[in-house]
Amino acid sequence: MLVTVRQTVKPALLGLVVLLLLITAGPVQAVLKIEITKGAVGALPIAVVPFGNDDGTNIAKIVESDLQLTGRFDALKRENMLEKPVESAEVDYQNWRILDVEYLVVGQVKPSGNGGRIYQFELLDVYKQQRLLAFNIPVTQNQERAGAHYISDLVYEKILGERGAFNTNIAYVSLRRQDDELLYELNVADMDGADPRPVVRSAEPLMSPAWSPNGQRLVYVSFEQGRSAIYIQDLKTGKRSLVSREDGINGAPVFSPDGRKLAVTLSRGRNIDVWLIHLESGRKQRLTRNPGIDTEPAFSPDGNHIVFTSNRGGGAQIYEMDLTTNRIQRLTFEGKENLRARYSPDGKKLALVTNDRGSYKIAVFDLASRSQLVLTEGRLDESPSFSPNGAIIVYATQRGSKAELAAVSVDGQVHQRLSDLEGDIREPIWSPFVK
Amino acid sequence: MTKFTQYGLVLVGALTLAACGGNSAVLPEEHDGTIDPAAQSEYETVETTPVEPVVDPEAWKADPLNHPDSPLQARVIYFEFDDASLTEEARDIVEVHAKYLAANAGQNIVLEGHADERGTREYNIALGQQRAETVRRMMLLYGVASTQIRVLSYGEEKPAVFGHDEQSWALNRRVVVRY
Repeated sequence: MLVTVRQTVKPALLGLVVLLLLITAGPVQAVLKIEITKGAVGALPIAVVPFGNDDGTNIAKIVESDLQLTGRFDALKRENMLEKPVESAEVDYQNWRILDVEYLVVGQVKPSGNGGRIYQFELLDVYKQQRLLAFNIPVTQNQERAGAHYISDLVYEKILGERGAFNTNIAYVSLRRQDDELLYELNVADMDGADPRPVVRSAEPLMSPAWSPNGQRLVYVSFEQGRSAIYIQDLKTGKRSLVSREDGINGAPVFSPDGRKLAVTLSRGRNIDVWLIHLESGRKQRLTRNPGIDTEPAFSPDGNHIVFTSNRGGGAQIYEMDLTTNRIQRLTFEGKENLRARYSPDGKKLALVTNDRGSYKIAVFDLASRSQLVLTEGRLDESPSFSPNGAIIVYATQRGSKAELAAVSVDGQVHQRLSDLEGDIREPIWSPFVK
Repeated sequence: MTKFTQYGLVLVGALTLAACGGNSAVLPEEHDGTIDPAAQSEYETVETTPVEPVVDPEAWKADPLNHPDSPLQARVIYFEFDDASLTEEARDIVEVHAKYLAANAGQNIVLEGHADERGTREYNIALGQQRAETVRRMMLLYGVASTQIRVLSYGEEKPAVFGHDEQSWALNRRVVVRY
C-alpha cells in the first residue's frame, strides 16, 4: 500500500541566534517531509486515530509514521476511518473489524494540574475487543514530540515484544554553500529529522561522526586546522578533547562498546591502517599491517571483533578481525566493491555499501549465511546506520543534485525519505538508546 | 657579358621596376608631400601585421612560481578511477616541480590528495592520501627533501567541480601542489 504523508514545512533557520530563539520558543516542527515510498507486505494493520484536543503536535501522525517506517505495521488512512473515538468507551469495534484493522490506538490531550499537559492513550486489540495498554504521559514544554515517540515505543514493544527506537536521535553532517563560502555543521536531530540542533560548525570539512555507547558524546573528524584531526565532544557541556592529529590520516573513528577505546584509521605519513586508541592512557596500538588501504573500522556489539574495509585483495572489500586471536578473514565476495560495514545491534548482520555494477547501494550482509541482500537503488547511497533496535537503517542518498537522508526497514520493504533538512546532508548516524 | 646575364639583368631590372612601382599606384603629378585621405583609395591597401615585441622565452625563470608562462603553473595532477598510480602526463608535471624543489631546498609545498565522490568518504580519504603519497615518493627520487613536503588528503570533501558525471569525477581525482 502506497502512503504519502505530507506535512507543512517550516523553512529551516540559518542564524545560530535565531535557531536558539526558536528552540526555546518551542519544538521546530515538521522540518522534514516524510514520504513512504514503498509499502510493506505482511505488516500488521493498525489504526492511529487523531488525538482529541491535539495541541498542534499532531501526535497521531507521529505515531503512525514511526510505526509504519519499521515495515512491521500498515496504518489505516485517516479518510477511511468510520469514527474518531478518543477513548475506549467511544469505540465501536465493528467499525474497525470491517476495515480489517487489528490494532487501534486512541487518545486525547488533557491539561494536567500544574499547567502542563497529559497525553492519554489506549492500545486496543480489535478482534479480542480488549484493552492492551492505557497510559497517561505527562508532557512538558518542548517535550511534545518526545511524548508522541514514547507512545510509539510503548505500542511497538507491546505488540512485537521488542524495544522501540523512536525516542532516539541521529547525528549528521550538513554542508551549506552561500556564495563562495562553505558552512559545515555537525547536527543532532530526532530520529525522524525533527528539531535539528548544531553541535559543531566549521568552514572546513567535518566528517565521520560516531556516538559513544551511552549516547552522551560524539567523536568526529575535523579539518579546521588545515589537516585532519579527531575530536571527542561532550554533548551536554559542549566541551571537547583532541584525540589525534598526526601527520597524514586521522580518520574513521568509532567507539568500542565499553566506551574506553576508539578504533581509527591512521597513516602516520606512511601506511594506511586500523589502530586502537586507548582513551585513558592515550596509547595507540596498531591492528593491521597491510601495505594497501585498511580503513573504516567498526566494533561488534560484544567488542570481540572489528570489521574494516581493505583493498588488500584488489578492490575494496570487508574483512573481519578477531581481537582475541588477531586472525583476519575476508567476509564479502559479492559485488565489485564492499565498503564501510557496521554491525547490527544483535551482532548478526552488517549494513554496508556495495558497488553493484557501478551503482553504490546499501546492502545487509548476514554473518551466518554469508549472503547479501541489496536494500536500496543507489546510485550514490552511503553511510548506512542501524536504529538501536536493528529494525531500520538510515542512510545518505543523492536525489537529483541534492544529498539527503533516507531510511529503509531492515527487510527492505518500507522506504522513506527524510527531506527538507537544510543543505546537503550526509553521514547520518543513529544514536544508541537514550538512557 | 653573356646573353643569359643580359637577359637576367633585364629581368631583374624589370622586376625591380615592378616592385618599386608598387602595384598599380601612380603618384599624382603634382605632389607636394601632403597626403590626401580622399586620394588614399587610389592606393591599394597593403595588409600589414603588427610585429610582436621579441619575448625572452626564458623570462619566466626570473620568477618561476608566479610567471604566467612558467611550467610550474601546472599544479594539478590527475588520476584514474580507484587508482593512485601516475600516468605519463602526471609524471611530466611532477618532474617539473620536483626539479624546482630539489634546486630550491628552502621551498616547501603541501600535496593535497583528492578523490571523486563515488565510494565511501573515509575510503576516499585513503585514496586521496595514496595519490598524494605517490607524488611525494616520486619527488623524493629527484632529491627533494622529505621535510619540504607535507601530505594531506581531503578525499571527496573538497571537489573542484560539483557535478555528478564522468566529466566532473575526472576533474576531482587529483593531487594539487600548493606552494
